Amino acid sequence: MDHQRREVMRFATVFGLMASIGLIAPAQAEEWSRAAFAEKSLDEVFRVIGVNGADTSSALTFTAPEIAENGAVVPVMVSSSLRAEQIAILVEKNPNPLAAQFFFTARTEPFVAARIKMAETSRVYALVKAEGKWMMAVKEIKVTLGGCGG
Amino acid sequence: MDDGSERNQGHVRRLWGLRMSNPMRIRAQENQGIVDVKILIRHDMESGLRKGEDGVLVPAWYIHTLKVETQGAEVFNAQFGPAVSRDPFVNFRYQGAKGDKLFVTWMDTKNDSRRDEVIVS
Repeated sequence: MDHQRREVMRFATVFGLMASIGLIAPAQAEEWSRAAFAEKSLDEVFRVIGVNGADTSSALTFTAPEIAENGAVVPVMVSSSLRAEQIAILVEKNPNPLAAQFFFTARTEPFVAARIKMAETSRVYALVKAEGKWMMAVKEIKVTLGGCGG
Repeated sequence: MDDGSERNQGHVRRLWGLRMSNPMRIRAQENQGIVDVKILIRHDMESGLRKGEDGVLVPAWYIHTLKVETQGAEVFNAQFGPAVSRDPFVNFRYQGAKGDKLFVTWMDTKNDSRRDEVIVS
């Protein structure tokens, strides 16, 4: 009995180590990144999600209204002519800039549309990771009525 | 705000511990090998920054993950923070076919979750 338990523990340790160094892929490809959503500045979010420099690119299309009458519902659309692995939407002046991020597979088209909340007038960043590199587009969106309360 | 009654209904249901979430509204249509998927979820998406009528902050409670699977593989994975609008709407596209069965699952910060399925038309 005791011996069995020791065996189990040994296996658990080995598997734990393998998982921690990345030999075993986690069951779900992308777990929710609590840390990224808790960060309070653009730079901190960039650091957590692994953006080290992003250029503006004509491969990226970012569609959003210039004026949002209701900050609680701001429609945004991001697409790219390059296959995207990840898309992130950040609102510079929100308490936590990262609004949403999307992970794509080889079968997913590089396109996403969603609705976000904006606390006040702010620059909004659309970031797309394609072929391992980040590119971005920035838009200033004027908010008439803040959507913090959502 | 426009339909506060619904919001309260949800609140009352949750107080009673009847964690009944509304079914998602999902539309998935194929055109030339590309499936366009539109998902509408009913969820308050409380940011934790909004004050209730009593002037007290309403605790944060929002969907943090939305994923879509077909044929055992994930085709879309979204992560939300509190700044996704109430009753989230998402539109994405993937390479697929009519008849694909999609499984759409969301999870929120109270470990509530819901899974709905739809056949691509």
